Amino acid sequence: MKKEKILISGNEAIGEGAIQAGCFFYAGYPITPQNELTAYMAKRMLQEKRIFIQAESEVSAINMVLGASSCGFRAMTSSSSPGISLKQEGISYLAACQLPAVIVNIMRAGPGLGNVFPAQSDYFQATKGGGHGDYHSIVLAPSNIQEAFDFMFLAFDLADKYRNPVMILGDGILGQMMEPLRLSVVSGQLSDRYNLKTKNRKLKAKSWALTGCKKRSPHIIRSLYLKQKEIEELNLLLQKKYKTIKQKESRWQEVDIEDAKVIMVAYGTMARIAKGVVKKLREKNKKIGLIRPITLWPFPQRVFERICQRRIIFLVIEMSYGQMLEDVKLAVEGRAKVEFLGRGGGGIPKEQEILHKIESLKI
Amino acid sequence: MIEQMIIAGAGGQGIMLVGKVLAESAMRENKFTTWLPSYGAEVRGGSAFCMVSISDEEIPSPYVEEIDTLIVFNQISLKRFISFLKLQGLLILNSSLVSSNINKKKSKIISFPFTEIAIKLGDIRIANMVALGVYLKQKNILKPETVFKTLREIISADKKSLLEINLKAVKEGMRIG
Repeated sequence: MKKEKILISGNEAIGEGAIQAGCFFYAGYPITPQNELTAYMAKRMLQEKRIFIQAESEVSAINMVLGASSCGFRAMTSSSSPGISLKQEGISYLAACQLPAVIVNIMRAGPGLGNVFPAQSDYFQATKGGGHGDYHSIVLAPSNIQEAFDFMFLAFDLADKYRNPVMILGDGILGQMMEPLRLSVVSGQLSDRYNLKTKNRKLKAKSWALTGCKKRSPHIIRSLYLKQKEIEELNLLLQKKYKTIKQKESRWQEVDIEDAKVIMVAYGTMARIAKGVVKKLREKNKKIGLIRPITLWPFPQRVFERICQRRIIFLVIEMSYGQMLEDVKLAVEGRAKVEFLGRGGGGIPKEQEILHKIESLKI
Repeated sequence: MIEQMIIAGAGGQGIMLVGKVLAESAMRENKFTTWLPSYGAEVRGGSAFCMVSISDEEIPSPYVEEIDTLIVFNQISLKRFISFLKLQGLLILNSSLVSSNINKKKSKIISFPFTEIAIKLGDIRIANMVALGVYLKQKNILKPETVFKTLREIISADKKSLLEINLKAVKEGMRIG
């Protein structure tokens, strides 16, 4: 039976999105609050006759992804904050080897093992490299279950296009909550649970992949360059790529910003709450708006450059203690006032707290 | 319209299921809905709750703190969530396990021995569905037919016997509610 909409959790929507986007290889290791994603892949990847591996550790999982990606397969791993820290070496290697891969981080409260409650405190780690060396992952921040599903297509496409790791950055609420999902892609094999089907995507063969070098010269994928000049050349190549990504791939959503005096800046779950605040205050004729970065790296600087000339106050709201705040300040470059509201360790800035903060700005 | 609620009790009482049935039914009626569970190191017998929102418009936060309805199945949950309930909110209590002697004058308190009713109907596990029936009767937000349809679809064919008793429990809840 065909269903137009299904009720599904964020973790499962990410899993199904990945499968429909042609993910052929998944390796992961359990951790709350993303366990349902690993469990979903354990079941669905086998139904699709693809590869699922519960690795012995996070380090192992990311390196398995590196291996699968080297061979030209769409590969992904997922974890939550402490597990993502363990994967950083592998992500740095992926970036250096210029290998596409998708990494999902359903963030929980840190630092350390922290606890399982939702947080956005891995922003720095996700957007500034995370591992060693001069590199960036492309970072996408879905804000609802529909986007959690849809962004998986974008994530794999961007990873392949730029031969670069892409991270999906969500939080525990996004992973755990259920919401209706409208399925856009339906054709192919049946799944038992929701009668979902798989889109049979014809993916282009990757010209650089390690596929056996019979009748051709060997392809080499490596991150070790012993000569000083060689590694500088690689870095220059990466920098050129990052420049292109910055120019072409920054994405964001604007809500009522054109005449706004206060513009909130928030992403993911926090952006949903901020959007509710915009609606509430607009009904009272307060000039308030919202910028929601969709790509956290590249950060959508352009929208700030466009509107910065006017006298406005930016209010950055995070489930962390001022991480995205730094990117907003860099984008604004002192041309407007930037205020901040944030809570961490599982705390979520509530609608009432945001309303109080806006009131205190006296506009 | 936005209806925000918390359903709370002990792990094993079918707390999550009530929430899922409500959310799935809301979806079938083309409403916006979110369902957020308590998660982590959850165990049978431990504390369990879920937050459900149903609305005609996009729902900002799935995490709710000022709720219209609280359905509680054990004493600890009442203590934990009573302060979340709005001044004139609806409180549905399982009087088999919860003392209804509470100081919340302006709230509408509906109290039934759901556990005992369920045992009489033939299965202790359907106390949750009796409460669901009471809720459907109290608040005209979802059509009962939609909820029946949802139950028919989510209870798989090999558990057909469970479908009948669950439907019976919801209907009993609607009758007494």
